[in-house]
Amino acid sequence: MGRYAEEVKIIGADVNRLMEISEKNLLSLNLDEMRIIQDYFTSLGRNPTDCEIETIAQTWSEHCYHKIFRADIEYTEKSEKTQKKQKITLLKEIKKATDKVKGDFCISVFKDNAGIIKFDNKYGIAFKVETHNHPSALEPYGGAGTGIGGVIRDILGAGKGAFPILNTDIFCFGLLDASYDKLPEGVLHPRRVFRGVVSGVRDYGNRMGIPTASGAIIFDEGYQNNCLVYCGTLGVIPLDKVEKKVCNGDYVVVVGGRTGRDGIHGATFSSVALDKDISTSVVQIGNPIVEKKMMDVLIKARDENLYNAVTDCGAGGLSSAVGEMGKDVGAVVYLEQVPLKYEGLAPWEIWVSESQERMVLAVPEKNLTRLLQLFSEEDVEATVIGQFIKSGKLEIFYNGEQVCCLDMNFLHRGLPPRKLKASFYLKRPLTDTTTVSGVIDWKERIFNVLGSSNIASKEAVITQYDHEVQAHTIIKPLTGMYHDGPSDAVVLNPLYDRWKGIAVACGINPFYGKIDPYYMAGCCIEEALRNLVAVGADPTKVAILDNFCWGDVNNEENLGALTRCVKGCYDFATGYKLPFISGKDSLNNFFIDKKTGVKTSIPGTLLISSVGIVSDIRKTVTSNLKKEGSCLYICGKTHNEMGMSEYYRVHKIEGGKVPEPLPAETFPLMKKIHKGIKSGIIKSCHDCSDGGFIVALMEMAMGGEKGVSVYLDNIPSSNNSIDVLLFSESQGRFIVEVDRKFKKQFENIMAGSDVRYIGNIEESDEVKVYYKKNLLVEIVLKEAIDTWKGGLKW
Amino acid sequence: MVKPRVLILRVGGTNCDRETEWAFEIAGALPERVHINRIKEGNKKLNDYQVLVIPGGFSYGDDISAGKVLANEIRHNLKDEIKRFIEDKKPVIGICNGFQVLVKAGILPWNDKQDVSLGWNDSARFEDRWVYLKIEDTKSPFFKGLPPVIKLPVAHAEGKFIPESEDILKRIEVEKLIIFRYCDADGNLKGYPYNPNGSINNIAGISSPDGLIVGMMPHPERAVLRYYYPDWHREENREEEGYGFIFFRNIVKYFS
Repeated sequence: MGRYAEEVKIIGADVNRLMEISEKNLLSLNLDEMRIIQDYFTSLGRNPTDCEIETIAQTWSEHCYHKIFRADIEYTEKSEKTQKKQKITLLKEIKKATDKVKGDFCISVFKDNAGIIKFDNKYGIAFKVETHNHPSALEPYGGAGTGIGGVIRDILGAGKGAFPILNTDIFCFGLLDASYDKLPEGVLHPRRVFRGVVSGVRDYGNRMGIPTASGAIIFDEGYQNNCLVYCGTLGVIPLDKVEKKVCNGDYVVVVGGRTGRDGIHGATFSSVALDKDISTSVVQIGNPIVEKKMMDVLIKARDENLYNAVTDCGAGGLSSAVGEMGKDVGAVVYLEQVPLKYEGLAPWEIWVSESQERMVLAVPEKNLTRLLQLFSEEDVEATVIGQFIKSGKLEIFYNGEQVCCLDMNFLHRGLPPRKLKASFYLKRPLTDTTTVSGVIDWKERIFNVLGSSNIASKEAVITQYDHEVQAHTIIKPLTGMYHDGPSDAVVLNPLYDRWKGIAVACGINPFYGKIDPYYMAGCCIEEALRNLVAVGADPTKVAILDNFCWGDVNNEENLGALTRCVKGCYDFATGYKLPFISGKDSLNNFFIDKKTGVKTSIPGTLLISSVGIVSDIRKTVTSNLKKEGSCLYICGKTHNEMGMSEYYRVHKIEGGKVPEPLPAETFPLMKKIHKGIKSGIIKSCHDCSDGGFIVALMEMAMGGEKGVSVYLDNIPSSNNSIDVLLFSESQGRFIVEVDRKFKKQFENIMAGSDVRYIGNIEESDEVKVYYKKNLLVEIVLKEAIDTWKGGLKW
Repeated sequence: MVKPRVLILRVGGTNCDRETEWAFEIAGALPERVHINRIKEGNKKLNDYQVLVIPGGFSYGDDISAGKVLANEIRHNLKDEIKRFIEDKKPVIGICNGFQVLVKAGILPWNDKQDVSLGWNDSARFEDRWVYLKIEDTKSPFFKGLPPVIKLPVAHAEGKFIPESEDILKRIEVEKLIIFRYCDADGNLKGYPYNPNGSINNIAGISSPDGLIVGMMPHPERAVLRYYYPDWHREENREEEGYGFIFFRNIVKYFS
């Protein structure tokens, strides 16, 4: 072979040799895939170069190709008496839900870097959520920072570029008080991961000038060896910039940062298990100011219509960006033209490096001079590195030597779907095992839940993010001047000159999935929607995103749980008429302890992110109580659904059923709530979720600095024991405040749903809960605030 | 009334320029966001504008220390233009990072050398929170018509006001250069979180002796409407203008 590329001797290689090639080069390709590559090159009569085999490995990585979600799965669902078999493709199942409910509200789904919905007649909203789990486990600060940097570029690369207006961050960590002695070798302590990840997001997000204002943090010991870091970005895009198309003859222009050796094999490594021996060179090194400068000019260039298409360099670097853009055309690239951080990179390293802050543009010749000038005016590098040419081939040269020549068709369509087996065992729902007996200190139990790290205030984290830059955060993540209560969703007015806004929230609860991933999906979807409804978003104008993080899916049961979760996604998304507009999966989140050989997988985790339209931001409500004398109502029925509830977990009680959402009852209820908020009758609103009724009530009272008296017996419930009424996490429930003078009107609006008057707001500093006419518990607000705020220390 | 032309200075890492532009626009000015390179190469002239604003953000990543690199750039590359701008009695406004730039360039308070600094918050981390501010007997004309105590958000890691010496602090107090101080809802000076960064004497913003150069850590451009207040849902007040708007309108009024 030539001077610059090495030949990979694949022709005639036996099984062992094929797998050796894959493993040695960290390609993460299995035997079937290696054989397909072998056949392809055998038919060409030559061996591949290192650059070619790396290109294929990046494109076919789980991270980029989603082999599990595209696989043909034979799914078996067993229970004690029955067994059902079904053929299913996960990605198709998700898309099928969208096709059924999307309407004209969705503008671009599942085809671009982000999903795009309609905001008004001129603008759309782009939304994407990514994960950066493996890098964050190895190097929390850098991994999380480049996670947010990467998803911002996804938004800049959606359509011809959306302007980022919000970042969202959802993290799952191990327990902060985990014992150091029990950590396997190579695992960082959860507290270090927590502080590193938050600092990374803070420093990158704040420097980008994008508010980070929505998110969640989950703590569970299942995330000790593999943390989860979800990063999302929303952007505003003019509707005439949604379509992009590379044209024959367009120049390939790379803009932004330089290319170095950081982040090589990021895409392929994220498809395998973590262990102590993985090199940190797979983690990228970020520089937010480089990205910020690039963003400023990119939007200018977009508005001058200087390019035909844009995409970001993410996983797989230039190989994915150029490969993806040139998929239907063809491309020629001259790698020696790529600006480097330092000398000494092999051509294939330049090609697959995941150095940050780079994007690729397709620029027609007539605009090239102006485009290069625009970037140079603000000290941002822009370099022509090749041309899109209608050849159907990907051709790469380095100093005149051809180092890669692949058929686009083989590269992007050459991998047949995998055939996999999955099974799920439906356990008989455990009926409740605990009946409360003896004297119980309810106040203590309430405080145990209120101060648990999952419920406690995330103020220490939220205040480190600039959640108000760009000056459009109308409902902030925490309520009031001193953050004494949580908001259900963040509300923004993305365009200064109009009152129309958006609300953004999420739903996540990996605990329910330990009992049944099907209902976990339902609860996540409903919570993501419920949070939006609670602030005043229109439930009929909401879109959602799915992000699956799963453990070892080579295991049939794990894959079965994932399949059951996807089935839940389909049923409940269609149940609430919510289209998925974008999604991503991060599989193989498991760790191998090299000393003991023990393999640990994360709890199967689904994040549902939601965005909804608010027709007028002045007609929104927050969760904190507003006025003495108002009436409190509960909307929605309570059931004995305590399985994996915060209350059960905190008090180490096992068994019970997880909540089963009821779209047929809840969706009409949500529409009524929306009507009540829009007409100004509802003064404050908060949904019941983690921690149940009592936590929601406490949060409203603390945030509003108002005392209340409530009567538990009034709560509509199929079970009247105290613990169920206080702590059950049944879905479809809201607590609302209604001005006494609007009582009648409110009850009229809500007619036909389970809605009951449960108490009053009082001029006091105490929450009083009555049961069967007796005072059950009495809580001083100040004490509750200290407990809630003290549960998560920085 | 002729609308004043406002130059909003932009460099790599500036990020509050769009909302500052919007604030000036609704206040009745003609704002323009200009990259510093255009001024350095002579394509845009400072002299053609009536107001200079250095907005919030992380100029050049706040490398070395917040605002330091831009402060040096201004001192070395725009020295004469700035000098003339100030002599012409044209307002110079520094918000957050802009305040850091103005003090580190020595432009505030006395336009000679650096006399004060903005150091790391006592909490040793970036914090975004709302604060109450007690308006002092200030020489600056841009704070007229505001109630004695207002609220605005702060969002910074390096905002602790530190004078070089007791003497400097005394001069600042005696010359009435303090615009406002961090306080509680009733105007009492208190510690954290009311004073979010540990600023000496709770100082949140200062001006030049003529009141035309002002620098402040709080962000008025994030409070031009009351809908940006964190507790507007609880207020009975139905006026839409926020405290920040009054500040920007006062700057425009200065030219009428």
